Amino acid sequence: MSTISKIPFAGTGEQEAELKAVIDAKKDQVGCLMPILQEAQKIYGYLPIEVQKKIAEGTGFPLEKVYGISTFYSQFSLNPKGKYKISVCLGTACYVKGSGDIFDKFSQALSIKSGECTPDGKFSLEACRCIGACGLAPVLTVNDDVYGRLTLDDVPKIIAKYPE
Amino acid sequence: MYRSDVLVCAGTGCTSSGSVKLLEKLKEEIAKLGLKDEVRVIETGCFGLCAQGPIIKIYPEGSLYTRVTENDIAEIVSEHLYKGRPVTRLLYKEAEEVNEVKPVNETNFYKKQHRVALRNCGLINPEDIEEYIASDGYQALAKVLTEMTPEGVIDTMLASGLRGRGGAGFPTGQKWKLARTIVPDADQKYVCCNADEGDPGAFMDRSVLEGDPHVVLEAMAIAGYAIGATQGYIYVRAEYPIAIKRLEIAIGQARELGLLGKNIFDTGFDFDIELRLGSGAFVCGEETALMTSIEGNRGEPHPRPPFPAEKGLWGKPSILNNVETYANVPRIILNGAEWFASMGTEKSKGTKVFALGGKINNTGLVEVPMGTTLREIVEEIGGGIPKGKKFKAAQTGGPSGGCIPAEHLDVKIDYDNLIAIGSMMGSGGLIVMDEDNCMVDIAKFFLEFTVDESCGKCTPCRVGTKRLLEMLEKITKGKGKLEDLDKMEKLCYYIKANSLCGLGQTAPNPVLSTLRYFKDEYLAHVVDKKCPAGVCKDLLQITIVPEKCKGCTACARVCPVGAISGEVKKAHVIDQTKCIKCGACIEKCKFGAIIKG
Repeated sequence: MSTISKIPFAGTGEQEAELKAVIDAKKDQVGCLMPILQEAQKIYGYLPIEVQKKIAEGTGFPLEKVYGISTFYSQFSLNPKGKYKISVCLGTACYVKGSGDIFDKFSQALSIKSGECTPDGKFSLEACRCIGACGLAPVLTVNDDVYGRLTLDDVPKIIAKYPE
Repeated sequence: MYRSDVLVCAGTGCTSSGSVKLLEKLKEEIAKLGLKDEVRVIETGCFGLCAQGPIIKIYPEGSLYTRVTENDIAEIVSEHLYKGRPVTRLLYKEAEEVNEVKPVNETNFYKKQHRVALRNCGLINPEDIEEYIASDGYQALAKVLTEMTPEGVIDTMLASGLRGRGGAGFPTGQKWKLARTIVPDADQKYVCCNADEGDPGAFMDRSVLEGDPHVVLEAMAIAGYAIGATQGYIYVRAEYPIAIKRLEIAIGQARELGLLGKNIFDTGFDFDIELRLGSGAFVCGEETALMTSIEGNRGEPHPRPPFPAEKGLWGKPSILNNVETYANVPRIILNGAEWFASMGTEKSKGTKVFALGGKINNTGLVEVPMGTTLREIVEEIGGGIPKGKKFKAAQTGGPSGGCIPAEHLDVKIDYDNLIAIGSMMGSGGLIVMDEDNCMVDIAKFFLEFTVDESCGKCTPCRVGTKRLLEMLEKITKGKGKLEDLDKMEKLCYYIKANSLCGLGQTAPNPVLSTLRYFKDEYLAHVVDKKCPAGVCKDLLQITIVPEKCKGCTACARVCPVGAISGEVKKAHVIDQTKCIKCGACIEKCKFGAIIKG
């Protein structure tokens, strides 16, 4: 997965103002960088290099440190997500119940790999670690919707549920 | 006074299966029948029986309704709550006996359980501090602050024999004692809570945080008093939104009542807690890495000593305990060390919560005394393996643990016994596997995880796990040689001996334990080029049995790569060079004519 997104950055002035407010509110606290990055990802949906630069400038931390943290944690994404974010749980409980095959079927059906987004920006696919709904294994989420006790037949049905 | 209490599980498991909608519908139906002043609806934490969610429990009868749907709510309200007749078709099957309700605590799932850490989960409303207080909440803190010295608290913890529930099993009292005494003139100390729960397949800590958040706050304040700290941090996974929300509510309520903050109980003791969100890094379960992450850096571990008790968060003496460890503390203070030490085995006291998952009927959360056998957990509490399949292995300890075969099912579970059989307690994930799971594939699955999660700081872990994974991939592709098995084993011991932190030191365990107990499966992959469980795709062949094939063409139509050919009403064949082994044809065939092996 590329760490510099090929999709051009399209941040708005509003987002920038929001980010600035977050930086100003937190930058004097000890250990503020992680919370700021978390907020920034909420505002932009991901952490492109442009946003990382703004954070580095705003906080006074070197960009290499901001970049180092952004790439260390799996929750931070340097690529934009699709309108519908599909996360297939590949935690152990789901894996032993066949979530690996479900993941492969989505990958096939959408022609994208883990961490990628369809060219129209509609779906992105990622493998996630245990979301804690092991009772429903195998399980996946599309944005905030949870689908559990999945079989391979459910894959096209779930994709079809999100027409626009 | 309400005559009935309706408890609805609002933990992640049941929320995912729709309990939030049930709540709204319940309130609506209750209002419709004018029962609003008689019946109260309460959102609680996890009942443990996640496989049967969404779950509703009605008191005073104690009726447990399982897999409730929105359409059932009107019936439950009008029949049970209005007319007083339980809706037997929805009662938990085992609890239902000819129109009589068998007490839930006598069912197989619950009767061997003993809830200490989970005592309030599924019982109180986690968003209401009054309910926690009514259940003896904050009494332990009051007792500690008004009747005990810090040394007395530490002595009680030592005497109880409580060991860290995060995995390694370090005695909690000893950790606290070190932090109290090692730097006598420290101007600041910290109490940290590991709520990052990185084991993929474990959800004990999340359930405690969701079902009983105050118990963690109270225990941290007690720890603060014991070691001499005034500030606590909870490092919680960002993927746990419900837990985070309830912790925020709990901290707010505790501050409002003066149970956190300045001068608690007028004793001059100050203690406050802040939340820090983990952003997904397994290595942050290691204490030095977690503290580095709270400081806002890449969560890389550093060598110990110095231990955090001496030089931890921001260079100050600090302790880190896991959520479940804390959940035991107030009970130990109130009931006494002896009470706690009376449960469990010689060296492992108390109870342990397990997240039971995988190929098991009663997926969910169970808490049992230490010393309970795996067989009791799998066969009795867990209700055995679905579809009559055969038990193959139980995996404990997540990516740091190992697979336990059927021959060790009668081992009494405690820290030392599990290590002796090549696994470890870990944080409490317990994944059951059946004959359809390939153990080489499972080892590969865990190695993929550790390769991904290795922070990269030390070479044995960064490079070693990668090489190990490559060898496993070779084997699952049928390209492995016999000498690879020996090489793999050697590399495992090298990684264990030379890695900087717990992640690398334990990463080879899934490989070592499967090599030890399931060597025959490795040999089948290497020598016979076969995957006995039929999982490793490169070793599979999907074929059509000509005698059974009716020539309906369903398989040919579903095949994504056009590998199946044949005329209508004549036996079809699969072109092995084109087949990608997706198995779509097997699912489609109505005649069982397509087999893999």
